[in-house]
This record gives sequence, C-alpha cells and structure tokens, in this order.
Amino acid sequence: MIFAIASGKGGTGKTTVSASLAALWDNAVAVDLDVEEPNLHLFLNPEITDTEKAYITVPELVEERCIKCGACRDICQFKAITLMADTLITFPEMCHGCGGCMLICPEKALVPGQRELGEILRGKAGDTEFLMGRSRIGEAMSPPLMRQVKERMGFIASGDVIIDAPPGVSCPAVSAVKDANAIVLVTEPTPFGFHDFKLAYEAFSPMNIPMGAVINRAGLGDTSVQDFCAEKDIPIWAEIPYDRAIAEAYSHGKVIVEAVPGLKEVFLSLKEKMIEAANNTGEPDELDELEALAGLAGAGRMGGGVF
Amino acid sequence: MSDVKKVAVSSEGPTLDSRVDARFGRCGGFAIVELETMNIEYVSNGSSQTMSQGAGIQAAENVANAGAQVLLSGYVGPKAFTALQAAGIGIGQDVDGMTVGEAVEKFKQGQVPMADSPNGQMGGK
Repeated sequence: MIFAIASGKGGTGKTTVSASLAALWDNAVAVDLDVEEPNLHLFLNPEITDTEKAYITVPELVEERCIKCGACRDICQFKAITLMADTLITFPEMCHGCGGCMLICPEKALVPGQRELGEILRGKAGDTEFLMGRSRIGEAMSPPLMRQVKERMGFIASGDVIIDAPPGVSCPAVSAVKDANAIVLVTEPTPFGFHDFKLAYEAFSPMNIPMGAVINRAGLGDTSVQDFCAEKDIPIWAEIPYDRAIAEAYSHGKVIVEAVPGLKEVFLSLKEKMIEAANNTGEPDELDELEALAGLAGAGRMGGGVF
Repeated sequence: MSDVKKVAVSSEGPTLDSRVDARFGRCGGFAIVELETMNIEYVSNGSSQTMSQGAGIQAAENVANAGAQVLLSGYVGPKAFTALQAAGIGIGQDVDGMTVGEAVEKFKQGQVPMADSPNGQMGGK
C-alpha cells in the first residue's frame, strides 16, 4: 500500500513524520518526492547504491525536413514551439514531454531529444528501501521527475510505500498524493498551519482518498485545526506534542520516534490508523450498499479488512 | 528602420493617450500605430494573459500577426525576444512610464534604440 505524507504548509513536519514511520515500519520503501528540496535522507541516512540521471523527451528540429506548416505549433499546449516568419523555434525548457508535436509532424522534422530533469537516487537505510528524486538546478517542472521516481517505486517489490510529499496544493503536491491509498495531512495548530491545512483538505478531498490529520507541535497555538477536523469529519490520527526533547532530536537530525521516549506508541497507533483507512477505500456508495446487505444478512457491522 | 510602417506598443488601453504597459508578455493589449497617419488599431493580448507559461511567445505571435515591424515595450524576456527577432521585428525597450503617443514620437525621432538583447527575465519576474 502507498501512503503519502503531505501538508499545505511547508515546515509542519512531513519529513519528521515520514522518517519516523519509515523507521518503525517493517520493510518499508521510503520515497522522497519533494524533488525540489529533498531532505528525508538527512534523517534516514541511507547508503546510496544507485544514482541515475532522469530525462524528459523533448522535440529536436531537423531543419531541412521542416516545411513550416505549423502543425506542431498548433498542437503544443505549452507554447514550446512557435513559427515566426518561416522560422520554427522550439523552447525545450517549456516542453512537458507529451510527444504530440513529433506525432503530428507530416515530415518527421521533429525527432526525440532530451532535457535533463534531475537524478534518481536509490539506496537502503537499515531494512528500509530508500528512493529519492532531485531536480536539476534550473529545471522548472517537478512532476515529470516525480513520475519517474514513482515508476521506480513499482519495481521495488518489498512492502508498503511511504511518500514524503512536497508541500503546497499545486501540481507537485497533487502528483505526489494521487496514487496513495491514504493521505496523512501533517499540520500544526497555528493560524498559518490551519489556513494551509484547509487548502490541502480542499485540494485533496475530491480525489476520494482516505485522509487523516497529524497535529504536530500539539499544545501550541489554538484549537482551530481540531474544530475544523470535527466539522469535516477528518479523523485526527496522531498528535505529536510541542516538546523541547522532540525539537532537540530533530535539530540533530535524529528520527524522533527512535530518539524520544513515548513517541513509539504515538507512531504505532498512527500506523495502525493509516492501514485501517487504506483498507477502507471502497466508494462510499458501494460501502453503504455492502453494509446494508451485510445488515440484511444479519452480519452486523463490516470490518475494515474485508476489501 | 526607414521601412517601418507599423509600430506595436504594449499598452494599457486603446488610445494614444493610454499608458504604455511595462510588461510585454502579459500586457493588456497592443496599440498598433500606423506611423504615417498615426491611426491606431488595438489588439487585445488577453490570450497571453491567461496562459500559465509561454505568454511572451504568444504575445510575440500577436505582434507579428498584427503586421508590426517594430515593438515598443517596457521589458521583454529572453524567449519573447528570440521569437520577435526570428520574425525580424525590431525591439525597443524601456519605453514605460509614458503614453503610447509619446513612445511613438520618441521612436520617430530616433530616440529609441533597437535592442540586441532582452532586458526582462523569464516569466516576467
């Protein structure tokens, strides 16, 4: 199963939570999909065994074949090709790699070229498989690299996947969580945390993936996050206390679940709730129907593990 | 530049008294001014304004389609610059802070040098 650790606001504790989950999960694959600023490795300290460059296919012009028909310009949704006074210009840095221009060109004047997206690193931290993407400096798009990291994820046959997602609610964040079986929304109980928590909830809820909240630095700020969760029926899967010992462990790059006594129970319970939620991924209508059927059959309430 | 008949000015409005829009790619529109008559035709640039990327390239296409030989604007980014140059369109930068009419006058008097490199950054930043 795939679990995405996400948040609207940056700096709420996604990586802290991801690292702790990866550390206590058996045979987990820890994946850093925050490719613009990956940092999960700073906590897990994996031994990197493989580094490969990742590329996206972009069009390259074979000048002498081009008949200046403009078909490639017209199909490009991203203005990566223009035709100005009989000069065809490509802007490879703007290409999203759909390949449409190369397919539509009647003269095969556009051939596959490459733009480097960044690199993909693979390694191991204890019995945890580790995978991360790192964008090339100057690369403007992260989802293409994220997709390639996710492909590698599928090749690693071991256990559950824990994704450390990028912050925010735009394409990179959505790309990171959309294939997850459950999303953990990490937030903090401050007006800033609350504001972005609401954004994340709004952005992710249309995907109908089970979501739960982890309130980091609980005890700080106010109860607006808790109130909102109660109103929207978002389960609070864990609260990590606002505690000096945790901040100290974090500041030394330690995995807090290992460094601070008492947190193991918090994270084990979080893990259980994540798995339970992920097992309950049937469509709500379908579930209701099945539950109704089960009720008719006298079976009572259905357990989560049935699906 | 003696063969210049039409000049495009990135503009906040459709008259000679409108302010020059300092932005090229995401300007409101282009005042296409016929130098001989000072007649104005206004071309909306709305199609570029709503784009998530490539606004400058789209705007360059709009200017070329309007038949202008010279563009006057505030800041032109590198991709738009490349596209305009390919179309053989002269580029006059830094004419913001004045009206369209003033910019065209300044050009007519030879006081707007044609640029050989962009003065704006990618993405209009």
